[in-house]
Amino acid sequence: MDPSAPVLPTDRAAAARIRDLTKTYGEGAARVVALDGVSVDLYAGEFTAVMGPSGSGKSTLMHCVAALDSAESGTIAIGDVALGGLKDKELTRLRRDTLGFVFQSFNLVPTLTAEENISLPLAIAGRKPDPQWYDTVIDAVGLRERLDHRPNQLSGGQQQRVAVARALVGRPTIVFADEPTGNLDSRSGAEVLALLRRSVDEFDQTVVMVTHDPVAASHCDRVLFLADGRLVAELREPTPERILETMTGFDARETGA
Amino acid sequence: MIKVALRSLLGRKVRLAMSTFAIVLGVAFVAGTFMFTDTLNRSFTAIFASSVGDVVVTPAESQGGALSSLTIPASVVAELAEVPGAARADGNVTSVGTFVVDTDGKVVGGQGAPGLGISWNDAPAGNGLEGLRILEGEIPDGPDEVALDERAAERAGYEIGDEVSLVTSGARPSLRPTLVGIVGYGEGGLNGATLSVFDERTAQELFLGGQDAFNDVWVTAEEGVSQEELRDAVEQVVPESYVVQTGDEAADANASQLLQAISFITTFLLVFAGVALVVGSFLIVNTFSILVAQRARELALLRALGASRRQVTGSVLLESTILGLFGATVGLGLGVLLAYGIRAVFAGFGLDMSGTPMVIAPRTVIAAYVVGVVVTVVAAYLPARRSARIEPVQALRDDIAMPESSLRRRLLVGTGLIVVGGGAMAVGLVTDASQPAWWVGLGVLAVLLGTAAASPVLARPFLAVAAAAYRRSFGIVGVLAGQNARRNPRRTAATASALMIGLALVTTMAILGRSAGASVDAAIEENFSGDVVISNAVGTPFSPAVAQGLAEDPAVGVVSRVRFVPAQSDGRQRFVLGYDPATIGDVVRVEPLSGSLDDVAVDEVVISDDVAEDDGLAVGDEVTFTMPAGERTFTVAAIFERSAFLALPYAFAIEALVEAGYADEDNTVYLTAAEPGGQEALIEASRAGTADIPLISVKDQQEYAEEQRAPIDQLLTLIYGLLGLALVIAILGIVNTLALSVIERTREVGLLRAVGLGRGQLRRMIGLESVVIAVLGTLLGLALGIVFGLALLTALADEGLEAIVVPWGQLGGFVVAAVVVGVLAAFLPARRAARLDVLRAIATE
Repeated sequence: MDPSAPVLPTDRAAAARIRDLTKTYGEGAARVVALDGVSVDLYAGEFTAVMGPSGSGKSTLMHCVAALDSAESGTIAIGDVALGGLKDKELTRLRRDTLGFVFQSFNLVPTLTAEENISLPLAIAGRKPDPQWYDTVIDAVGLRERLDHRPNQLSGGQQQRVAVARALVGRPTIVFADEPTGNLDSRSGAEVLALLRRSVDEFDQTVVMVTHDPVAASHCDRVLFLADGRLVAELREPTPERILETMTGFDARETGA
Repeated sequence: MIKVALRSLLGRKVRLAMSTFAIVLGVAFVAGTFMFTDTLNRSFTAIFASSVGDVVVTPAESQGGALSSLTIPASVVAELAEVPGAARADGNVTSVGTFVVDTDGKVVGGQGAPGLGISWNDAPAGNGLEGLRILEGEIPDGPDEVALDERAAERAGYEIGDEVSLVTSGARPSLRPTLVGIVGYGEGGLNGATLSVFDERTAQELFLGGQDAFNDVWVTAEEGVSQEELRDAVEQVVPESYVVQTGDEAADANASQLLQAISFITTFLLVFAGVALVVGSFLIVNTFSILVAQRARELALLRALGASRRQVTGSVLLESTILGLFGATVGLGLGVLLAYGIRAVFAGFGLDMSGTPMVIAPRTVIAAYVVGVVVTVVAAYLPARRSARIEPVQALRDDIAMPESSLRRRLLVGTGLIVVGGGAMAVGLVTDASQPAWWVGLGVLAVLLGTAAASPVLARPFLAVAAAAYRRSFGIVGVLAGQNARRNPRRTAATASALMIGLALVTTMAILGRSAGASVDAAIEENFSGDVVISNAVGTPFSPAVAQGLAEDPAVGVVSRVRFVPAQSDGRQRFVLGYDPATIGDVVRVEPLSGSLDDVAVDEVVISDDVAEDDGLAVGDEVTFTMPAGERTFTVAAIFERSAFLALPYAFAIEALVEAGYADEDNTVYLTAAEPGGQEALIEASRAGTADIPLISVKDQQEYAEEQRAPIDQLLTLIYGLLGLALVIAILGIVNTLALSVIERTREVGLLRAVGLGRGQLRRMIGLESVVIAVLGTLLGLALGIVFGLALLTALADEGLEAIVVPWGQLGGFVVAAVVVGVLAAFLPARRAARLDVLRAIATE
């Protein structure tokens, strides 16, 4: 595969364009290449999964694209904005206004109610949520009854749904989800995934999710596989079986090589 | 477990350093105080040892250190020299109130250190110690020669052969002899006192009105004769009214009198050490609570791996012990510096102890370590015990809640302490308890600790209001800050309580100080009808020639003199007042409650209303006093109401005091102008009449009021300075709490940053939380301080503190300062939070 060319162009516009992204940690013998010249487009209105074994660079890739980490070389553009050269203040504003986040755990500020958590990024920006859109999101996550609860009064699945609502309510360009179901039982996990799926289908939201769970990834439109910091495979309309197949495939290549 | 404790200490150096600082300051205060007072003791003991003979004979018991005008005739000295066992006997003339004036016209050591004028002799001091000796030059001889002690000559800038300017309280207020010699005692310095030495005849002329007599006599023992044997022999010879003491007895008596007088310094400084330690212990409690909370999972893991509760508690206590030892060591070192500092301050007041090396007694070192370790371990005990209640299973859980005792119990304990403390204060203030200061002090402490204990509950409404105000004014940043301040009310309240203690005391002092100042002003305005006050800047008496000279000036109307001397009645030593009955009414507005003040005879006394009430005395009753000339009985002629001018319990006609054997010296002279509008001329005349006596100052009414207020202001400044230390510790406590909170909330900070909270907003959030803590502490402190202040003022209303002034402006200033302090205290923690790497913060487990 030619790493410098976009993979499988579609008719969709790119929400994020990543070119030749490289990042290393440590020095000398301890040097680890986390990303080794990754180029990929993340398409708007798609639900993309990033998969790969531990240390494959999938989290680093997401952190870089989500403006939480910086790469050594290569470029990233979110919509029309190139991340390279942005100062902390501009990166903060970018995260606040054009990106949404759902982390594996500790997604909510414990002192704020569910409702306050949901509107947190907007409140930080000093904006009011669009009431109609706000209602739509609240109904979609199904937590209208629990809006005045504190995080510790909510179950893990409910907390993650609040986090998804928070990510959606600002209508970000991209929502990043880092193992959003990693800490949940399968039923709560399925609810969260269904919610993300719905946001893509009904609201045309762009979602990028890092996961190592083939079942979770099977909810997506597209799966990117990373290994040793390189993009090694890609699937469209994945099923858990095909995902497993692909993973075993390059696992075998790795170990057999 | 020891290794675990050590590791955990080393891993948290910076955080612990801040709480150590609190211990360091407290220990430094304790150690510094002990070192200073030990040095003070040694220096005075050395002085007194070399300023007594083997046996000392005085004409009568000295009255509170005041020199009596009674003397021993020269014939007695000759007799004493013949006593069996006596090698020699030497008479001494001693006078307090002879000061050296330097080449610029300023008095050397005129800030309270005594200026001694004495006669020369070469008698050895007791126990064969070297007495006075000539270090340089020769022995003064004749009325125009003087010798000075080394320091005095040096400080005044005189060298041998120079004409020296002296002022005395004797018959001749001002002298200009030639410096012929430099003298010194065998051992130790003079602690800032100055020594002017004359030959015997000159000293008798100057200080004893020319009679061939002495103030005391030293008898030196022959080889092999003990002080006691010699004393017994001397007692056989001298009249019964004479007091005969061995040198050791006399030195002890002199020293203990003086040391008792300055023992308040020790108490004063130790009180501040105590305040610093109490405030510091809040800081330690908080630090350990947070450290234990942070390590809850680690401790739970230890428990799961088989560590017993006791081992977990022990490891935390071991950490605190090491911290205490470390803090005490540093504190001890800082204490040495502090002792030098205190010594420098006292040198400024005239108590120059540079001649004595700093004394570091074993007791000081032990006290430093005991205080440092005990305070730290006691403060860490509660968090340590709580840590043992962590269940092993919690090691497996995600979020660990520290076990907390209920707030209800804290409220009960706190309320109980406040009630008990209030009761103790009432006992000390209202009843006739034997140690009122202790009752009040412990009561205040109990109320402060009780309020601190109950503060998480007391703070609730304030925190709710603050959170609402923040929500309204600062949007989401305000909401976050308000909620953060409320999420751990114990921690917020404990941090605020440390500030509360310092501020409560500052507020109390501010109210007392202002009220005292206002009382002085009011008293002077109401009672004083004179135009000019002449007094010695340091309160030492001056020659009666001053008043006599002024009486002849045409600009002067009435001259009214006042003097203060110690006397004993009913076994109690008190200062009594001497005044001019004929003129007192012209300078002071005073209406006697019964009898009359202006025609008191020499065998009559006037008494204050409280004495009359306490002792059940009425006009016509008799009171007996022990005075220098022996016991004398006076008839009560009048009863007056105590005021700023008649502040002493007993008053006599000046002639009565002279007859009773007191030296003929004035403390204050009041003047009125010869004619209305003649004040300016009066002041000029007064200045001219006292120009050659630099110790004396001339004041009009307003200057007089200012001078009376000055000591209050000085004392307040000193107290503010010392309490400032407690406030610094409290502010460090806020920094510490915020810093630890930031660390504790690392992931939350990361999350907030990830979802778009800017660095500036983050800093503002922490700053706002800090301001809540600071303002909470300030408000609690102000409330308590106002209560304490008003309670004390109400109780002291009888003591002449009649005005009650609450300096609202100043108190408002404290609140503003609290906001500033809050913002400043948040600076470092906020910067640290803002610098957190977002990614790492999120990844932190």
